[in-house]
Amino acid sequence: MERKGRDGRSPEKGAGSGADAVRKVSGQHRQEGIVPVLLIVVGILFFLLMLVFPLVEVIYRSLKDGLASYLNAVTAENTIAALKVTLIAAVIALAVNTFFGLCASWLVTKFEFPGKHVLSVLIDIPFSISPVIAGLAYIMTFGRMGWATPIVEKINQWLGTDISLVFSIPGVVLATIFVTFPFVSRELIPVMQAQGSREEEAAVMLGARGFTIFRKVTFPHIKWALLYGIILCAARAFGEFGAVYAVSKARGKTFTLPLEIDALYMAGSADAITQAFAVSSLLVVLAILILILKQIVEYCGKDGR
Amino acid sequence: MKKKIWTKKLAVGVLLACMALVTGCGGGKEKKDSDTIQMTNVSYDPTREFYASYNKIFADYYKEKTGKKVEITQSHGGSGSQARSVLEGNEADVVTLALAHDITLIEDQGLIEEGWLDEFESNSSPYTSTIVFLVRKGNEKGIQDWEDLTKSGVDVITPDPKSSGGACWNFLAAWEYADRKFAGDEAKIKEFVGDLYKNVLVMDSGARGSTTTFVENGQGDVLIAWENEALLTLKEYPDDYELVTPSVSIKAEPSVAIVDENANKNGNQEVAKEYLQYLYSDEAQKLIGENFYRPINQEILKTFGETFDLSVELCTIDDFGGWDQAYEDYFADDKIFDEIYSK
Amino acid sequence: MKKRQRRTRRATVIPGFGLTLGIVVAMLSLLILIPLASILAYSFRMSPGEFWELVTRPNVLQAFATSIGCALVAAVVNCVFGLILAWILVRYDFFGKRLIDAMIELPFALPTAVAGITLSRMYSDQGVMGKFLGRLGIEASYTKVGIVIALIFVGIPFVVRAIQPVLEKLPQEYEEAGMMLGASPFYVFRRVLLPELMPPLLTGFGLALARGIGEYGSVIYISGNSEREGTQVVSYVIMQKLNSGSVDYEGAAAIALVLLLISFFLLFLITVNQIAAGRRAK
Repeated sequence: MERKGRDGRSPEKGAGSGADAVRKVSGQHRQEGIVPVLLIVVGILFFLLMLVFPLVEVIYRSLKDGLASYLNAVTAENTIAALKVTLIAAVIALAVNTFFGLCASWLVTKFEFPGKHVLSVLIDIPFSISPVIAGLAYIMTFGRMGWATPIVEKINQWLGTDISLVFSIPGVVLATIFVTFPFVSRELIPVMQAQGSREEEAAVMLGARGFTIFRKVTFPHIKWALLYGIILCAARAFGEFGAVYAVSKARGKTFTLPLEIDALYMAGSADAITQAFAVSSLLVVLAILILILKQIVEYCGKDGR
Repeated sequence: MKKKIWTKKLAVGVLLACMALVTGCGGGKEKKDSDTIQMTNVSYDPTREFYASYNKIFADYYKEKTGKKVEITQSHGGSGSQARSVLEGNEADVVTLALAHDITLIEDQGLIEEGWLDEFESNSSPYTSTIVFLVRKGNEKGIQDWEDLTKSGVDVITPDPKSSGGACWNFLAAWEYADRKFAGDEAKIKEFVGDLYKNVLVMDSGARGSTTTFVENGQGDVLIAWENEALLTLKEYPDDYELVTPSVSIKAEPSVAIVDENANKNGNQEVAKEYLQYLYSDEAQKLIGENFYRPINQEILKTFGETFDLSVELCTIDDFGGWDQAYEDYFADDKIFDEIYSK
Repeated sequence: MKKRQRRTRRATVIPGFGLTLGIVVAMLSLLILIPLASILAYSFRMSPGEFWELVTRPNVLQAFATSIGCALVAAVVNCVFGLILAWILVRYDFFGKRLIDAMIELPFALPTAVAGITLSRMYSDQGVMGKFLGRLGIEASYTKVGIVIALIFVGIPFVVRAIQPVLEKLPQEYEEAGMMLGASPFYVFRRVLLPELMPPLLTGFGLALARGIGEYGSVIYISGNSEREGTQVVSYVIMQKLNSGSVDYEGAAAIALVLLLISFFLLFLITVNQIAAGRRAK
């Protein structure tokens, strides 16, 4: 998950400098012999078996009834509605998590203070938490019998609004934020740690002020890592099921794509199951697009320095 | 000290920023069209197709009667989790769930007024169903009755009664058969039902999951299913499956109720009542039959004589002392189900 | 005051400490900690005796054993194959390498329910993989093997992405020097590479393990959820508590709390491991 440095070049991509040339030669040298071939074969086999096969299955089953029914499923009213909710939730989650990620990585890498390690453990919590627990936690806090509900109602009264934090779009957004919370900060922290604080300190000495330092000095170093984090965050946000399922029950209104897929699959008829796979393939395509984008970003990031 | 004030200010600022973000997207969505009545029906899994059609005929009927448009949002899922979602704030105006017990849960929290069971005809169940077997074409294992499900070598698919309301009906139907067979000898009944559940190959979390395991993934020899589910599967795959009706089964009564607190808050009490009442109309009863539920209207039920096997002997939940009693006796932790299953 | 401040945090000229601390603590509390605290509050509604009785019920203990056991096996498998994948992605050049590199994170992006449904069909005795394994005498879907397969699927990116960057920075001359001195590849791997790769490997292992123990969506379709076969996972038991006839929030919260504590503990170990590795690198 955490890529400790975007600057580590793999030997075969390297070109130009003398050290790289040496590595390139030795790299090729190493590829002779039985061990590398064996490792590559094993790696590829594992990859095909665990990752590609399920994907092929999804796409195969989505096209089982022909292209027309595929397009029908993908353009169905509920699918479009679900796509919208998914995008809204993902975009807001991205904005919030990016903001948080920048603040958190600045805090953790530029300063020493007591409780820092505890803080970084806490930030990482959503990574390892069961989505079931995430959903349960939100329901127990903001649900009808949750203790925070009276507070939310007071705020609603005060603002003259009628916002519910569960079984509504805001609920979906909150659940999505929860599961994707540490993605950006986890990408940024190692990079900023490797960078150190010297440049920023120099900037302060030269009289630069807070936000300018970040914009002019720090940002150029971390922009690729940031983008990479955002992309991963988006991928996870699109795919979240468990936590969102707990707070979203109305199909066509608050359903996201994964929930729509589940609804179609559970509808029982053979057609609906094919449709479920068609909608899944939509997510798969989305995921692959994101991952390709990620690859491009990574590549630019490596060349960019 | 200055720094501390800074921090506090920021915390407030962040709070507001988050709120603004959330409200920003929430506000736009909550807009209500004043001409159209918005209503939510929280139901369980197998009623999807039925309510999709019913909502259309009800909207037409209501428009004609009152001149108002009504738009109904459907929510489906496992009956228990749907009931829970209402407790947690899912703003259902009406609930149409798989068993009365789930509605009692909502009643216990004060969302539904007492006496809902008598608010509509026949225990507020406008349609019923029963528990039958779905077997693969040819019925190679020769499954005819509950007896055959306890034989060794028969793989049974049924959902987990501890997480699915529908599965409780399956369990009780088997229990009733054994009860009659062994004339109430509890030790023998337990052994019989225990043998049956030993044959369960995959225990999914819900009825729809079981159907999928049986049909899509090809697991097991027999699926214990609601009649409406079984008939629906038969319609989808006429060449692959057969339906077997056991000699004894249970009358499954899905219940409906108005969620008074929400309906009153949304000003939907009147339309909600109309919505559930209309389920008993001839048009709706016919639609119910077409969707493989047994209509409560006997005249209309007879017209579906070819679809349903009306000869099966049906017990009701009252024979078990009502749902709350049955739940306590059979499915609570360490009660009969746990006892015979984990043995 | 000044003295104290110097002790609590290193004097630095960089601005923004109060600002970022405020934002981070506020958002963390609001979005993560407060909701999680509700689980704690709910489970405290039980008396310690009830709590203990519930979490030591045979089916709950069994679920924990299943979740932890399967997650452990899956994490170990992922460590082996994750190491191989990371190794070939960094050290070798072959056709399709980019594609593999791009698709490692697919399990993050694919909804867990889709993964679960697809895997359960593929590995049932009617599916492609199931038929193949069936011939070898292995039943996959609806057994613990199925759970492990699902957890391998969701866990693999954690391991690969933990090792990859460290491996990229590790100079190749390292191994080559060993080789030239006449050591066997295995010896070089064990004595030269493994010590360097151990910290990231442990991080990846820990993350995959933590994720696997709590996994729900991808597991429930393939596990069969049979108490007798011991294929119920902890998340399933929590849902069972919630969805059964007696909506049991306290019980669900109690089991969730234990699961949370396990997650905390694992994350804590991972962080300690990372700090230790960081120190060694310096």
